[in-house]
Amino acid sequence: MLILNALLAGLIFGVGLIVSGMANPAKVQGFLDLAGNWDPSLAFVMGGAIAIGVVGFAIARRLKRSVLGAPMSLPKATRIDRRLLAGSALFGAGWGLAGFCPGPALVSAGSGEPKAVLFVAAMLVGMQIFSLLERRFAGTEKPA
Amino acid sequence: MNIDLAHFTPFPSLVGGLLIGFSAALLVLGNGRVAGISGILGGLLDTTSRDRLWRAAFVLGLFAAPWAFKFFASLPAVTIAASPPVLIVAGLLVGIGTRYASGCTSGHGVCGLSRGSVRSLAATATFMAAGFLTVFVTRHLLGL
Repeated sequence: MLILNALLAGLIFGVGLIVSGMANPAKVQGFLDLAGNWDPSLAFVMGGAIAIGVVGFAIARRLKRSVLGAPMSLPKATRIDRRLLAGSALFGAGWGLAGFCPGPALVSAGSGEPKAVLFVAAMLVGMQIFSLLERRFAGTEKPA
Repeated sequence: MNIDLAHFTPFPSLVGGLLIGFSAALLVLGNGRVAGISGILGGLLDTTSRDRLWRAAFVLGLFAAPWAFKFFASLPAVTIAASPPVLIVAGLLVGIGTRYASGCTSGHGVCGLSRGSVRSLAATATFMAAGFLTVFVTRHLLGL
């Protein structure tokens, strides 16, 4: 059931990305282009997603276990540190360059779009580079 | 600032956003997990992790979304303006950055803001600012 629910959630998430226009990098870059012809559509995507998300997470917070019996695994980190800000800045730069963030890139790669497949391949390599660096430098930085 | 009314799609973007929010609620209430794409992918790449099945199912759902969408309507046109070398650089930045920051548009943007997390708000403000800045520099200063 957990696997099926995750599959369904991924499917709905992906359809949402397609319907919203997030899966189209030109539209994302239109949103990020404040100084040019600005397309505010993506603010509506965020607004719609958060409107439902707020309700979902408000219920989830009150549960010890999920409806399907899995442990509730909500993020506990609250620290705003260099990792968070530097990582987000790198991510934002890549997002602006390509118009892709991870979800839409996977959806677009799923449809067989060669440029999206290339982006996803580079993204996966980036994630592996991060893991290698993390392991290489593990312990050199004092934990919080 | 000039609003691009020709490409402005408030209604589909809102509907897509609602679907994304619904998916995030479905995953957290059903599986007890946050619908953060970069985190789900990162865990999937970690071969030592034992909870990779639901992650694979979610990603499979994302891949399948365009195919499911095609049953009902033709896929909206997608424009990827970035050249292959730019896509590779952008993909690496997105891969490293999202793992370093422990989240992307979905994990910090949608789910984090829905949870009322200040940490996720800081991440979202940072990657949005970096995205705005990157598009400003590439489009308006470098004229790419």
